[in-house]
Amino acid sequence: MNHPVVSVKVYAAVFGALLALTITTVAVSKLELGEFNFIAARTIAVLKGTLVVMFFMDVRRATSMTKLFVGAGLFWLAILLVFLLSDYLTRGRPCTGCEL
Amino acid sequence: MADSETIVAPQPPDLQHQFDDSAQQLESSTLGMWVFLVTEVMFFGGMFGSYTVYRDLYPEAFASTSHFMNLTIGVINTGVLICSSFTMVLAVRSAQLGQKKAIIAFLVLTLLLGCVFLTLKGVEYHEKWVEHHIPGPGFQYADARYAHQAQILFFLYFAMTGMHAIHMIVGAGLLTVLIVMAARNRFSAAWYTPVEMIGLCWHFVDIIWIFLFPLLYLIGHTR
Repeated sequence: MNHPVVSVKVYAAVFGALLALTITTVAVSKLELGEFNFIAARTIAVLKGTLVVMFFMDVRRATSMTKLFVGAGLFWLAILLVFLLSDYLTRGRPCTGCEL
Repeated sequence: MADSETIVAPQPPDLQHQFDDSAQQLESSTLGMWVFLVTEVMFFGGMFGSYTVYRDLYPEAFASTSHFMNLTIGVINTGVLICSSFTMVLAVRSAQLGQKKAIIAFLVLTLLLGCVFLTLKGVEYHEKWVEHHIPGPGFQYADARYAHQAQILFFLYFAMTGMHAIHMIVGAGLLTVLIVMAARNRFSAAWYTPVEMIGLCWHFVDIIWIFLFPLLYLIGHTR
């Protein structure tokens, strides 16, 4: 209502980028990259998510208040994951292949 | 009295009395929807967290399960959901332009794509049933070393994709309501807030899948 209507071209470009990134993530997963496979998959997912949030959900043109709430949500998610993993990733490794 | 002489400007029909103007009303709706979506981020965040912990504990077992995931359906479903997000955004755009027929057409298309996704998900769940990959007493796994650990992954698989599918089903219901509202001429270029808000929901569900897909289908594909 407050914003000019975005042209179909912009949405189509984002749509194309999302499909291209999907193909990329599948292609990269076929390569033998060790732990980098996981990192690459996560990075591409974050990239795709950002495209959807910014363009399809129009956060790039949202009010500062909405942006603050979105940011706070991600910050709290980071707290959840960082504190969870700072515990689990620093515990003793279980013996793989042993009886549980 | 000065008050009685005040000329009251005609109010837009969909403006609730507690708001100054339509822009403020839309802002409040958007903010409210985002607050809800943030609670959803936290909800799914817990499951992503437990996935990450167990993947770290049992990397080999988790990697071995991706051979039993139907990658073809996973890729198709990712494409289907991205298409549905695209049609959803076009529905919102049509609403902004007040094009009633286009709103309905794009919403129906979005709903159909959502149904395609759920149908394919159902096919996948059936496969898991046939292969005894549903956690519980009937669970069987080809590699006996990882039977117990793989069961944890399949439990997470069903919890995460199941919650995602429930969100899709709710989303499909909301889309149906929107289609009926649009057909009854409830939306105009001046007021189309429900289309935009449910659009936000729909895109959010798409984002959840964007993160689920590589974790469940692509990890350890080369191992």
